[in-house]
Amino acid sequence: MSDPGLTAQLEPVETAPGSTRKMVLNMGPQHPSTHGVLRILLELDGEIITKAQPDIGFLHTGIEKQAEALGWQQVVTLTDRMDYLANLSNNLAYVLPVERLLGLEIPAKAQWLRVLLCELSRINSHAVWLGTHALDLGAMTVFFYCFREREDILRLFEMFSGQRLMTSYIRIGGVALEPPRGWHAAISKFASGLSDKIDEYEDLLTKNPIFLQRTQGVGHLSLERLLDLGVTGPMIRAAGLAWDIRKSEPYSSYEKFDFDIPTCTESDVFSRFRVRVDEMRQSLRIVNQALEGMPEGPWKADAPKVVLPDREKMKTQMEALIYHFKIVTEGFRVPAGDAYVPVESPRGEIGFFVASDGTSKPLRVFMRTPSFGNLQSLTPLFEGRLIADSIASLGSMDFVLGDVDR
Amino acid sequence: MDFYLITLVKMALTAIVLLTCCAYAVWVERKVLAHIQLRPGPYFVGPHGLLQPLADLIKLLTKEGIVPSHVNPFFYLIAPFLAVTLGLTSIVVIPFTPPFEVLGHQVALGLTDLNIGVLFILAISGLGVYGIAIGGWASNNKYSLMGSLRSSAQMVSYELPLALAIAAPLLSINSLNFRQIVNAQEGFAFGIIPHWSIFAGPVPQILSFLIFITAAFAETNRVPFDLPEAESELVAGFHTEYSSMMFASFFMAEYANIITICCVATALFLGGWHPLWPSAYGSDLVPVVLLAGAGLMLLFHAVHAARRRTWDRFSFPVFGLLFLGLAPLFLIPVLKPVLIPFFWFVAKAGFLVFVFIWIRGTLPRFRYDQLMRFAWTFLFPLAVANLLVTGLVVALTGN
Repeated sequence: MSDPGLTAQLEPVETAPGSTRKMVLNMGPQHPSTHGVLRILLELDGEIITKAQPDIGFLHTGIEKQAEALGWQQVVTLTDRMDYLANLSNNLAYVLPVERLLGLEIPAKAQWLRVLLCELSRINSHAVWLGTHALDLGAMTVFFYCFREREDILRLFEMFSGQRLMTSYIRIGGVALEPPRGWHAAISKFASGLSDKIDEYEDLLTKNPIFLQRTQGVGHLSLERLLDLGVTGPMIRAAGLAWDIRKSEPYSSYEKFDFDIPTCTESDVFSRFRVRVDEMRQSLRIVNQALEGMPEGPWKADAPKVVLPDREKMKTQMEALIYHFKIVTEGFRVPAGDAYVPVESPRGEIGFFVASDGTSKPLRVFMRTPSFGNLQSLTPLFEGRLIADSIASLGSMDFVLGDVDR
Repeated sequence: MDFYLITLVKMALTAIVLLTCCAYAVWVERKVLAHIQLRPGPYFVGPHGLLQPLADLIKLLTKEGIVPSHVNPFFYLIAPFLAVTLGLTSIVVIPFTPPFEVLGHQVALGLTDLNIGVLFILAISGLGVYGIAIGGWASNNKYSLMGSLRSSAQMVSYELPLALAIAAPLLSINSLNFRQIVNAQEGFAFGIIPHWSIFAGPVPQILSFLIFITAAFAETNRVPFDLPEAESELVAGFHTEYSSMMFASFFMAEYANIITICCVATALFLGGWHPLWPSAYGSDLVPVVLLAGAGLMLLFHAVHAARRRTWDRFSFPVFGLLFLGLAPLFLIPVLKPVLIPFFWFVAKAGFLVFVFIWIRGTLPRFRYDQLMRFAWTFLFPLAVANLLVTGLVVALTGN
């Protein structure tokens, strides 16, 4: 990982005596605010950054390659491990193109459950983002408030899937398990209290003069520049472009939900904060709608060759037992072809390009991850700014290193 | 001979009390912060984590003190020593109680009665920056260096408004001796408003109190001015390379500074040991009521425990009875002249320490240039204006 060329590039140039000399600071890979293992080489003139060079790859997991060795359904578990804050969006982004290749019809209840859980994971992700971002700026208490809500959401995830982080709840052909008893009441209870709790975060930050000073006008990048760099998600919405895949290319019956796309035009750290907090409120709206209008019916597709049969049927019907044996031992085959379905994850556009050669394993799974795109804005956001501002900008990008180095 | 004996006893007492206070200030900070942040805080070492400071001390003492190979050992080792010595020194000029008689000797809590006490405090706190500056420089680490640079600039800048804020009440009190300063704040206007610097004429010094407290936050490197150790930017700032007792020294110095500066604020602005309202209206009963109330509440909770943890079964009744037993001490006529003023002093200083922690749980951190701009374009002119107005009024009224 250590690239000698990278360091050599940033070696300070020896200057004539009397003139100022620049300092090279190696920030990370273990640094409190790189949120993972990001290494940034900074060239400093006093407290001003003159050059910034991110060095990624410390968290490389080989998930992309590994996906080629696993069965179609098994890859879902890998997608959890990329972006551990938005695992359900990742599941969905992988599952949708595979279902398109298979030509599966997903029942309404499964689609609504997917929407419900994806929005909960969006709230979770934004809460973690807000907490850590505020902590970077020195506001400790917000962190604990946000993690209180995160804990509640993780408990809900555990209720649904038995796992807190690596839920793998969304599967090809529907969801993994039937929703547990009491899920409706549990989510309703959480959703009814959430609005006040978001108000609580805003009480601590939105009108706080120190927070405003630290974030307003800091980390500005023009919309054109952001689009050139491939940035998506809240960062471009904070620059004024109402680009949200949920609206522009609705998937998983998002078109049936009524929500707004919060935007700002300032494109600074504060507007990104505003957009994300408003997105939490919009997600809450979607959650409430999903709770009210949850359709009845099956929670997995009627596709015996893909979806595991019910336990009950396995004991009574021979075909079900045969399908079960085939799916478990060999997996299912996906018709040859390729597909890509973008999904709006909390961080931006995520999409899996899935190619199949007709066997029971993917030929290629390529991920277009939002964190990687957002991280491209690091250098322009850092250069010419203060270290303290760079920390604020770094937080406002909201990347997960596992998502960058998959 | 008596003088030396009394001084030695007082020295030992002050040192022990201050060090214990530092250790428990950490405990209080962790507890208060934890409760602000919806968590229980230290809980497992001793009842309600009361022995946590001791455990921390043992841990830090027994750890290996690493001197990295790339440092300048002399300055590296002397920096924490400087910081903690200067941090613990300035408490000596603070008087905690009025003089009282013990075995025929006239004594008072408070180590010395220096006639230039205020200047002494300013001088020592001015030197305090050396511990941080040298420590950061000697560490030979880029984060430490930047932390110490920030800190030096910050402390030098905030010393000016601090000194100017101190100067304003002194104009009307006309003394640099803390005992005389506190004595000058005795009495009540209209029989009820205390004659403290922040309330009393000719110019109530509430503004300079606020400036003083703000500058004190910066002097002690606390949130929102904790840039030297801004964790998210500079890892641990100037003490990144320090470990074991050397780290603990910096840590202790920080808390000693907080306690000292709160005591200074109490003596200068909040009337030292003088009560909030006249004893004729029962201010002497406040400690009794508080302690008895706390004791009764603990006893109540000992009986009706919300969650019965193993420790609570013993600690609640024990502390409840302890507080109940302490309450009548404040009624004993012999002890009254010592305990009541001491209570008021500790209560005021303790409240200020609480404010320090409270702010830490609430506010984010300033940016470096914003902090300097705040000091030079807002706080400093304000302090100068306040000083000028006070001086003018004092000159005109001829006090």
